[in-house]
Amino acid sequence: MKIDNSLPLEYSTEENRLKIFGFWIFLGAEIALFATLFATYFVLVDGTGNGPTGEHLFKVPTLMFQTIFLLTSSFTIGLGINAMRLGRQKATIGFFIITLILGLGFLGVEIYEFVEYVHEGATIQTSAFLSSLFTLLGTHGAHVTLGLFWGTFIIMQIKKRGMTPETTNKAFIFSLYWHFLDVVWIFIFSFVYLKGMM
Amino acid sequence: MDYFDRFAVPHPSPAIYASMVAIGLTMIAVVAGITYFKKWGYLWREWLTTVDHKRIGIMYILAALLMLFRGGVDALMMRAQTAIPDNGLLDGQHYNEVFTTHGVVMILFMAMPFIIGLMNIVTPLQIGARDVAFPRLNAVSFWLFFMGAMLFNISFVVGGSPDAGWTSYFPLASNDFSESVGSNYYAISLQIAGIGTLLTGINFIVTILKMRAPGMNLMKMPMFTWSILITNFIIVFAFPVLTVALALMTMDRLFGTQFFTMANGGSDMLWANLFWVWGHPEVYIVILPAFGIYSEIISTFARRNLYGYNSMVISMVAISTLSFIVWAHHFYTMGHGAMVNGIFSITTMAIAVPTGVKIFNWLFTLWKGKIVFTVPMLYSLAFIPIFTLGGVTGVMLAMASADYQYHNTMFLVVHFHYVLIPGTVFAVLAGFTYWWPKMFGFMLSEKIGKWSFWFITIGFNVTFFPMFITGLDGQARRMYTYSESTGYGPLNMLSFVGAIGLAIGFALIVYNIYWSTRYASRNISNDPWDARSLEWATHTPIPEYNFAVVPTVASTEAFWDAKKKGFKLFGGKVEKIHMPNNSGVPFIMSCIFFVWGFALVFSMWIIAIIATIGIFACMIHRSFEKDHGRYISVEEIEETENKLRGAK
Repeated sequence: MKIDNSLPLEYSTEENRLKIFGFWIFLGAEIALFATLFATYFVLVDGTGNGPTGEHLFKVPTLMFQTIFLLTSSFTIGLGINAMRLGRQKATIGFFIITLILGLGFLGVEIYEFVEYVHEGATIQTSAFLSSLFTLLGTHGAHVTLGLFWGTFIIMQIKKRGMTPETTNKAFIFSLYWHFLDVVWIFIFSFVYLKGMM
Repeated sequence: MDYFDRFAVPHPSPAIYASMVAIGLTMIAVVAGITYFKKWGYLWREWLTTVDHKRIGIMYILAALLMLFRGGVDALMMRAQTAIPDNGLLDGQHYNEVFTTHGVVMILFMAMPFIIGLMNIVTPLQIGARDVAFPRLNAVSFWLFFMGAMLFNISFVVGGSPDAGWTSYFPLASNDFSESVGSNYYAISLQIAGIGTLLTGINFIVTILKMRAPGMNLMKMPMFTWSILITNFIIVFAFPVLTVALALMTMDRLFGTQFFTMANGGSDMLWANLFWVWGHPEVYIVILPAFGIYSEIISTFARRNLYGYNSMVISMVAISTLSFIVWAHHFYTMGHGAMVNGIFSITTMAIAVPTGVKIFNWLFTLWKGKIVFTVPMLYSLAFIPIFTLGGVTGVMLAMASADYQYHNTMFLVVHFHYVLIPGTVFAVLAGFTYWWPKMFGFMLSEKIGKWSFWFITIGFNVTFFPMFITGLDGQARRMYTYSESTGYGPLNMLSFVGAIGLAIGFALIVYNIYWSTRYASRNISNDPWDARSLEWATHTPIPEYNFAVVPTVASTEAFWDAKKKGFKLFGGKVEKIHMPNNSGVPFIMSCIFFVWGFALVFSMWIIAIIATIGIFACMIHRSFEKDHGRYISVEEIEETENKLRGAK
């Protein structure tokens, strides 16, 4: 394997460069996926039937907690990648752990919010609006959940194998994924919650 | 026993029971045969675990041929049923099932994999690469497609076929109107196969953009590779829409959500929109590679450079962009107003412009060429006029106001068969014959090939042309029968006769494979067609590393110029080559996907959860696995090269 030392470790081999580029294309597909879910939501947002509307359901506190948790986690994973570039393994792992804890916090609030909705009689079966809302939020939440497992496995690999071209490559790709979830959240924040509360 | 009742076919007939027995016996025969000849180890080592793009391509094509016959039998049943008025061969329910599976199988499990198969074999060779960017992912793609196809195909003997049309429109496909698990099969098997296709898309974009031989810039790529690049961009941006649409459909059917319902705010037309936002680009996913194949073949057998290379590329890019903004032309009659219909009418007609450019480019390539009438060339030559007929009727259908007359008639059915059969089917048959010697080291018989060409071309026109007339006369599609007083009888009988001709043509292709495997000469050169691009520059059969030395490219027709103008292709020295290891995980994971899909179809939650865990376990295994591939040493390469050179 040829290692190009002029590049950061995660870009240092041909295979690594292909993987990062491939993941960008995958994120392109993910954008198409979330765009479809958003489009579905916009089409069905007024289809509330006999169920509650967004205005009735959305609460500021849970929204703020989720947003703060997720946006901060995007910052900490950036710090983690920065530490990785500096070759500081302990700091990298530390920032990754903080990121995942914040992600877990986000997920906890989201699950709490879903339970609250169901208590208010708003289930995924109540109306088309709620079906599309739960599906959009749920798909994002499922991505975060998957990310929590994925991130944990990467931390384990860095700890065990050190900062190699493979482990840094995986960590970098994971950070792209995590930032992407943040971007999707910003759209959910703006076009689902803010627009729904106005 | 109640538990097993759910697996019974809800609307059985003697033919279905006979198929069950036939499937059972075939399975036993295959297993017994492999055991008797002690081929399990060979099968596992060389095929089920392979990550070699050439072998994966061959498996795609084999699966596609199988599906061609499944879909073909469906087609014959339809033609036989409608051959005479008031026929009782099939009842309405069976006819619904047959046209549904015919459509799904032909588009998703025949046309797509056939094209992906050719793309797998040819693209890395054409760009001078040793494999695709992610060989392991490629195996995952294939096995997911294969398991999706198998899941779809068992539907008609276990639990009942889907019967809501290949478009599966709501509310027809909802639980209220499609009570059997058939539509669950549709949603979940397409989902599994679709994930595989999406991964193929990512894989080939990276391969083509990042792994081309030195000197081959984008505008020096062979036209087939160009068409594949554009196709894969369409795949990456269209398939997620299908993923979402199918997921919503699954949730509506299994979890009682309200996306496509009529009450509680749902919108049944949302399904039609989502389906066709994917569905129309899908049409171009199967037609653009066909254009690429024809460009290669026409320029090879006219012995001329492809005319208008740049305009070919630009028109393909234009078609791919337009393909995303025409979807509403599939339901002008939905009633979305003159403005919307007008806009979609114009975008649809605009597609005729770049397509027309391509037709003229092929004609100008042929102009003054020294045409060699081989089987691939015959298909390409027949394609041009027949496809044009299909294209022109497409423009007729694009006119929104006139479409109210054609909508849901046989005229529409013929239109898309006139584009898809000469477009995609002729192209894959031509490509299959053209690249066959590169895959297997011998040629298919030209004589038998020409017989099947004539049967298919004449049979095709005899089958479908009469439907233009009955369609304009008002014969509706998807009607299982009609009364004698309509007067559709004689022309439908003619269609049936043509369908038999088509069937003979396809049977001859199988006979050709059999005959040529037994009798064709193995003593052929690396370049039996006197072709132009890099796949012909390596040995036949192709060594697993494709090229001992990576070629250097200086022109669009690298190999032709190397032959005729003396450009040097292989300048470098032989070095050790890094190759990926085989792996059984893609196959195992896809088998678990099959179980997962089957469990979801029948709402067997515990099995579904266990299977989900199994799928994730496979991914975790991949994450923790240390696999650095292996190296082929210089001595080994030289030994292989000498052996291959000596054989000629």
